This record gives sequence, C-alpha cells and structure tokens, in this order.
Amino acid sequence: MLTTFSELVEQKQPETATNRETSAKPPATKIETKDLSFFYGANQALFDVTMAIPEKSVTAFIGPSGCGKSTFLRTINRMNDIIDGAHLTGQVLIAKEDIYAANVDVVELRKRVGMVFQKSTPFPKSIFDNIAYGPKIAGMRKKSMLAEIVERSLKRAALWDEVKDRLQDSALALSGGQQQRLCIARALATDPEILLMDEPASALDPVSTARIEDLVFELKQEYTIVIVTHNMQQAARISDRSAFFLQGRLIEVGPTKQIFTNPNEKQTEDYITGRFG
Amino acid sequence: MSSTAKSFQETLAARHRKGWWFEWLCLGSTLFGIAVLVVLLSGIVWQAFGWLDWQFLSSYDSRFPEKAGILAALWGSVWLILLTALISIPIGVGAALYLEEYAKANWLTRIIQVNLSNLAGVPSIVYGILGLTAFVRMFGLIRVPPAIVVISLGFTTVEIPLPGLPFDRTVMSGALTLSLLILPVVIVASQEALRAIPSSLRDASYALGATEWQTIRHQVLPAALPGILTGVILALSRAIGETAPLVMIGALTYLAFTPGGIEGPGDILADPQSLVRAPFDSFTALPLQIFNWVSRPEPAYQHVAAAGILVLLVLLLTMNATAIFIRHRFRSRTRW
Repeated sequence: MLTTFSELVEQKQPETATNRETSAKPPATKIETKDLSFFYGANQALFDVTMAIPEKSVTAFIGPSGCGKSTFLRTINRMNDIIDGAHLTGQVLIAKEDIYAANVDVVELRKRVGMVFQKSTPFPKSIFDNIAYGPKIAGMRKKSMLAEIVERSLKRAALWDEVKDRLQDSALALSGGQQQRLCIARALATDPEILLMDEPASALDPVSTARIEDLVFELKQEYTIVIVTHNMQQAARISDRSAFFLQGRLIEVGPTKQIFTNPNEKQTEDYITGRFG
Repeated sequence: MSSTAKSFQETLAARHRKGWWFEWLCLGSTLFGIAVLVVLLSGIVWQAFGWLDWQFLSSYDSRFPEKAGILAALWGSVWLILLTALISIPIGVGAALYLEEYAKANWLTRIIQVNLSNLAGVPSIVYGILGLTAFVRMFGLIRVPPAIVVISLGFTTVEIPLPGLPFDRTVMSGALTLSLLILPVVIVASQEALRAIPSSLRDASYALGATEWQTIRHQVLPAALPGILTGVILALSRAIGETAPLVMIGALTYLAFTPGGIEGPGDILADPQSLVRAPFDSFTALPLQIFNWVSRPEPAYQHVAAAGILVLLVLLLTMNATAIFIRHRFRSRTRW
C-alpha cells in the first residue's frame, strides 16, 4: 500500500512542483492559524490548531470522519458564523490580517475566499445567472461585463465548451460532474484569492473526479487552494502539502510526499496505511 | 421445529384475512366521505336548478324570492378576501421569515412558536369578539371623524377621502378580523415552506458573499414561493367561508349596494376614488347572506340559498384550483 502511494506521488508530481519546494525563495504564507479552537456549544471540535498554508499551492486536509477538517475549512471563510451557539478562540490570519477582527466584514471576506461544497448546489436558475450571481450581488450591473465574467469563469472551470450554446438553460439540467464544475466556476466569478473545497469530488464518478482534479491542478497557478478529501489517492495526486487531523487535533502537516512516504507521527502512518479510519 | 412450522401455517390464513378486512375498511372510510359529498352537492344543485341565473348574479336581495340576488354579498366577499390577502400576506410572510431566517433559537421564539400553533386552534367566534372590540369600536378610546386630503399635482388635484376611526362595521373591520384569524395558519404554512428549502442553497449563496437580505430575496423566497402561496390561498379559502366572526362584528345581512358602489370594472373607470371608499363601506358576505336566506320561512328561499351556496362553492373551488395550479407550475421548474 505504502509503495503504491509513493509511486503515485512520484508519477503525479511534476518537476515544477518539486522545484518550487526546493527553490531558493519559499512561497509566502497565505493563511495562518494560531491556537485555533472551535466549539459547537459545549462540544469542542478543534483543539489549538496552528498551521501555515502557502499561497498558490494545494493543501489537502485528510483524516477520518468527524476529525474536524471540514470545521477547520469553514473557519477560513467564516461559514461557521451561521451556526447558532458556535464560537472559536485563537486566530485565523489571511495575508497577515485577522479575519475574526471586529472591523472585518464577513460579506467582503467571503468574496475573497470562495467555497465549493461536497454536494453540488446550483441555484434553480439558468447557467448564466448562476455564474453571474456573485458579481451581481456585489453590485455589478453592466451586461457586457457580466457576460465577460461568465465566459472567463466557465473557461477557467473547463466547462465553457460544453455549455456555451445553452447558457440560458437551467443549471439543474447539467450532469453531476458538470454541476460541480459550474459551482467552481461560480466561486471563481467573484475573483477570489483562496478557494476552499469541501470534498468536491466525493459524489462524482471517476471520470468527473479526474476532470475536477485536473482543474485543481490548473487553478493552483493563480489561487491558494485548500481541499478536504476522504480519498487518500486524491490527496496524494493533487496536493503539494497535506495536513492530517484526528479527533479535532492537527497531528501532522508537511509536504504531501513526506506525509505519505515518511510521516513523523505514528498515527499518521497508521491512518495512511489503512490501519484505521 | 415442526411445531413452529405448523403454527405458521395455521396463522397464515388468518393474517391474510386480517389484511383483506383492513383494506376494505379503509376503502369504506374513503367512500363514506365521497358519498356524503356527492349527496350534498347533488341536493344543492337540484335545489338551485333554475334559480342560479344572470338575474340572481346581478340583483340585490329582495323580499320576493324570484327577485332576490347575490350581488351585494358577492362583491362584499370579494372585497373582504382581497383586503384580507393584502393584510395577512405581508404580515404573515414577514413573521415567518423573521422566525425562520433571522431569529435565534431561544426561549422567546419557542414561546412564540407554541402560541402560533395554539392560536391556529382558537374558535373563530373568539376572533369575532376581538375584532368587535379592537377594530369596530377600538375599545371606545379613539374617535376621529372622516376627512379628505387634497393633493395638488399642478394640472389636477386628487382628493383622497380618509376614513374615520373607529372602523365601525366596515369591510376593513371584517378584513382585519379575518386576517387575525388566518395569520397563524399563514405563518405556520410559510414557515413550513421556508424550512423545506435545503440549507445548502443558503450556504452556497452566503459563500459567494451574499448578505442575509440578498440570500432571502434571490434564493430563499423564490424557492419557497409556491409553498407559501399554496398555504396562503388555502388559508384564504377558509376565511371566505367564515360566518361567525362576521356575525360578531355586525356585518349587515340586507344591503342594496356594493362596497364603494362598484358593480363592475366600468364603475371603477368612471370613478377611481370608489376604490378608496370601498374598504370603508358597510358590507355583507356570501355565508351571511346564505344563512339569512336559509332562515326565512318561505320555502322558495331554500332554492335561493342553494343558488348562493353554489356561487360560494365555485368561488372556493376556483381559489383551490389556483393553489394547485401554482404548486404544479413552480414544482416542475425548481427541483433539487
């Protein structure tokens, strides 16, 4: 099992990615958490998580169900704010700014930090209106500009060629894989700096999954991507760095290759080799 | 082993028999309701036959059965239901939106929730008493004479007659009372419709940087609209058949005019101000008028009442059909 993963990592990681790890200038830190603890009412879901995520890279969160990786992901765009009775302690910094500071507007933050959910959630509107929703609610009214954004976003999400002739059709008529790419395009339309993905391919067939993975690989040129996944091979294939969570604690974080071939912690090794989880 | 097999065979026939009996029992329950409905409807249609004609629809009530008509009651009911809808929909949907989308789950919202369910079960006559005190008399505290506001638009002047207070026995009093009556139902139905919207839809909107209002306006409300409208129309159907609260607030049973004097679209065009006057006019309503006819001694009035019942039924069925139409129309378009 272990050898399979290391082989996978060897094959999939292109030269550029490994070059960057060893290059003279390390990539700047985009997201940083300091002693982050999160509570659902009296239940503590995260314990003192301290982590740095470099910009323009793919970071994968792995771990068994209920380990807190999704909760941690949702603290980065403050989606947990909606939950009654939830609160956190510690800090989350994006570009060195505390996003839980009193003067931060959640609406503005979420425009900068896009999110793609596990279940594709197209709005019951046309394909065009789905993509244009973000810019529209942000105040953009000009039709030509909106059309331009829609085209650019769909192209970036590798969906343009499949839907360019039926932009006015309902988004609900698309296939599952197309719907998920639509959701990625929709998140890109607000021009975010960070893209959070919560198990974006777990409900998709292998072909659609491969397309999403290729897309993630493309997108990391421009965006900082954080992806939660249950799929070990997926994490090994697409991520530069991996973070392993267990029972609300960050056990280990580091370059994916190292996590999968030579983890520092016994628990990480046990999980990756399939001894539990 | 063999003994269990034996008892299995013995009881199997009895179990099948029980199933058969139960199915027939359920069928009987279904047929009972339908049979009674058919008997009632055919009886009414039989009685009304020959009486429900244009003369009946276009005349006022009369002491001669063959001259009696339903015009005042029909227009009274139409005004009543229009105003009730205008009052109860914004308040009801607004309250439901607040409770479902904004309010935090605490003891206060729980108390409100429990009381909403209780209020839906309060007898309508109680709402009648409330309406009489609050709207017809305004607790005897307020007395403002009617006035006319004149607005000059340069080329013409518009005169808007303001009603006096209290509202007295007007359409407005009736509509406010009926609104109180159906508000719990409207709120609960709207809450159900809002709750049926998957939270993933809200999350997706918030994640794109939408505010609470934008999420409600662009995602939640459009998706919940068919459910809300269905609930509202069914509640209004209940209101249109209500008699007790209208008796209580003292709606009249004999009237020789319609609210605002409007007998058709032509009257509105000829005198637009009648639209403003109508809500503050005296009125009668279909169930009241029917009750009045039924209680008269002349046998011929039973036929007049039957014709009135048919008119009320047609109005009700039209509203219910609208609800079904709206539900189907939107269901086929939005699904997830």
